[in-house]
Amino acid sequence: MCLHLFIYLFTVSSLKSSAQETTMPFGNTHNQVKMNYASEQEFPDLSKHNNHMAKILTPAMYERLRSKQTPSGFTLDDVIQTGVDNPESAADNPPAAFSSESMAKMTLKRLSAQDEFPDLSQHNNHMAKFLTQDMYKALRERATPNGFTIDGVIQTGVDNPGHPFIMTVGCVAGDEETYEVFKELLDPVIEDRHGGYKPSDKHKTDINSDNLKGGDDLDPDYVLSSRVRTGRSIRGFCLPPHCSRGERRAVEKLSVEALDSLTGDLKGKYYALKNMTDAEQQQLIDDHFLFDKPVSPLLLASGMARDWPDARGIWHNDNKTFLVWVNEEDHLRVISMQKGGNMKEVFNRFCTGLTKIENLFKERGHAFMWNEHLGYVLTCPSNLGTGLRAGVHVKLPNMSKHAKFEEVLKRLRLQKRGTGGVDTAAVGGIFDISNADRLGFSEVELVQMVVDGVKLLVEMEKKLEKGQSIDDLMPAQK
Amino acid sequence: MPFGNTHNNFKLNYKVEEEFPDLSKHNNHMAKVLTKEIYGKLRDKQTPSGYTLDDVIQTGVDNPGHPFIMTVGCVAGDEESYEVFKDLLDPIISDRHGGYKPTDKHKTDLNFENLKGGDDLDPNYVLSSRVRTGRSIKGYTLPPHNSRGERRAIEKLAVEALTSLDGEFKGKYYPLKSMTDAEQEQLISDHFLFDKPVSPLLTCAGMARDWPDGRGIWHNDNKTFLVWVNEEDHLRVIAMQKGGNMREVFKRFCVGLQKIEEIFKKHNHGFMWNEHLGYILTCPSNLGTGLRGGVHVKLPKLSTHAKFEEILNRLRLQKRGTGGVDTASVGGVFDISNADRLGSSEVSQVQLVVDGVKLMVEMEKKLEKGEAIDSMIPAQK
Repeated sequence: MCLHLFIYLFTVSSLKSSAQETTMPFGNTHNQVKMNYASEQEFPDLSKHNNHMAKILTPAMYERLRSKQTPSGFTLDDVIQTGVDNPESAADNPPAAFSSESMAKMTLKRLSAQDEFPDLSQHNNHMAKFLTQDMYKALRERATPNGFTIDGVIQTGVDNPGHPFIMTVGCVAGDEETYEVFKELLDPVIEDRHGGYKPSDKHKTDINSDNLKGGDDLDPDYVLSSRVRTGRSIRGFCLPPHCSRGERRAVEKLSVEALDSLTGDLKGKYYALKNMTDAEQQQLIDDHFLFDKPVSPLLLASGMARDWPDARGIWHNDNKTFLVWVNEEDHLRVISMQKGGNMKEVFNRFCTGLTKIENLFKERGHAFMWNEHLGYVLTCPSNLGTGLRAGVHVKLPNMSKHAKFEEVLKRLRLQKRGTGGVDTAAVGGIFDISNADRLGFSEVELVQMVVDGVKLLVEMEKKLEKGQSIDDLMPAQK
Repeated sequence: MPFGNTHNNFKLNYKVEEEFPDLSKHNNHMAKVLTKEIYGKLRDKQTPSGYTLDDVIQTGVDNPGHPFIMTVGCVAGDEESYEVFKDLLDPIISDRHGGYKPTDKHKTDLNFENLKGGDDLDPNYVLSSRVRTGRSIKGYTLPPHNSRGERRAIEKLAVEALTSLDGEFKGKYYPLKSMTDAEQEQLISDHFLFDKPVSPLLTCAGMARDWPDGRGIWHNDNKTFLVWVNEEDHLRVIAMQKGGNMREVFKRFCVGLQKIEEIFKKHNHGFMWNEHLGYILTCPSNLGTGLRGGVHVKLPKLSTHAKFEEILNRLRLQKRGTGGVDTASVGGVFDISNADRLGSSEVSQVQLVVDGVKLMVEMEKKLEKGEAIDSMIPAQK
């Protein structure tokens, strides 16, 4: 377990030997100079030492790690210096190094894991399914480099035992490193939530809307509106459950700079929540664009609503078809929507806009959080991968009452919601139908499922209207 | 520092201006006092348990104002908060507690025999009498900050202490998480049950975490002495009964409190107290005695009199609705209690209630008869 404490520190950020690195802004020259000395000559004398670092560090490990550094130039010798300088500490649990272990202990309560383990006996969420006392005992010894701990990860799941309509995740990430540092918990949660997605699986990103087939001919008599949303996190900042006001404001500032430089169809304006006029607010409500301070205890319990409405805002283009939420549940939520059934157009704008925004952020030295295993990294594990929910509001009064409705949705890999969103019921036979998956499928694949699935559902609806059977239309499991 | 707060250190990468909260729409004690200078001075500090300035003020940042009351807008996470963040908290304490200075000493007096009278408030007017306070257990951090393990340890200690009481104090503990429906119904009918806080003043300070773990209600068989465990403070201790015999209520309050304190001391966990701030509680508004002694009293005429507020002011009393702090009165019945907490003793605060309510009932009776009350208007206490 202690091996993780060192390995993660170096593996979460991209690892490059300093000898080969040319793009690092701050190379660690002195570390390179030390390479002139053999590992045995540099290895510290730990014979009088009694700390965690001294217990773990071997010459072989030192040799393997000594050439590495984090993007900010922190080296192995930096990590262990305090433990080298302090053979023994007076405290019960001497922090041996500037490692996650000491960071965790900084916020660690002195009581045992058993004393601290949450009571999950009434709970029914993904976190509660997997968190055991042994796991908790191991994970509470760690913290991410930004100081996010296991208690931060699970608080929302402890405070919210269950939800009447949905199986909630019950845990959140406070920063990009959360998914690595707490993988013992998050990997099983991700696997359970995302259809068996394994720790070794690779996620495919495809936001080339040319790859979508069809999608421009959903019947507007049935399909009232089409929408695609996703989230994006800005690398280098903590996520909404953990970020400070300064970080949140920096995310806002960057976002506004990037969005203000969009042109053409995407040209638009930013409305900061805290100095919106009444008229602007009313307009945004009428447009169904305004987001409000979260009331859901799922979000509040994770700390995402702190300092509201500071640095929160809504940007949208003049045409009102492309919308970005800043600092709500994720750094950015990007939404493309319009009336009618032309999902292809919506997805097209979505991909174009997203790609432009991503480039603008990159130009400013800030990438989106992404890796080849988890795809886009977002606050809630349920949104990993594409973070994409593509959906329509569609009239299915007959189909929705059919005995096989749920089965059909399941086979099509779609899910239904009420027209008010995730926690609502359908009104007037109109349903929000969207992709159920997020991770393990590309954006194009997910939107394709929606387009094909909704087309089929509308056909079925029309059949049922005419009193005909839909048995021969039943799809196979996608 | 043995327990550093890494994320707080990380935030120091951002300048004061970048981290300073926007308080332009705010009207609470914290917002009145906190300047960029104070923020800059205190933001790299933390208590031994890792509580930081941002933790102290979060509730005040998230809650700009309250329609009825001037809120405090900050909380303590542990005993040391009041010391480490004194540059912020001292002025707030002074503003909230009538000019109380950092050098002032607070007097504790829980000797009920020092109360004069209080056993003859007219029960036709005074429907019920109640005294409550809070206590924090030394060695544990406070509700905004404590962990599940600490909260459970407090509960365990509290239950041990309370179940050892006897005589009129013999009673039973009802943990929130394993309460039966029948028990819950009964506790609601008795007006004893407290529920998960919904007020954002409390939830934003983190006090509702892990609900209902470690929370519960203890009361004696007679239903006249009640302890809340791990709500807004480690302990809330309440003595109450119908009618106007505040003396009896206060006696039971003092005796019960002192018995409980003895038991905690035996376990090497006394109550948090010091000679400057008296009893240390989560909210700075409850420092000193933490005591609210009050009655539900019928004052339909007096309450509509032009001088009602002035009289309350002079008597150092405050009014609330019968539903508690955020409510309006119903049917002319008011909750009248002491306004002060810090700088005067328990006995003197209850004395103010006893004397003040007695006077107001006399005024009410006069007004009923159509007589003037001008000659009875009190001097400023």
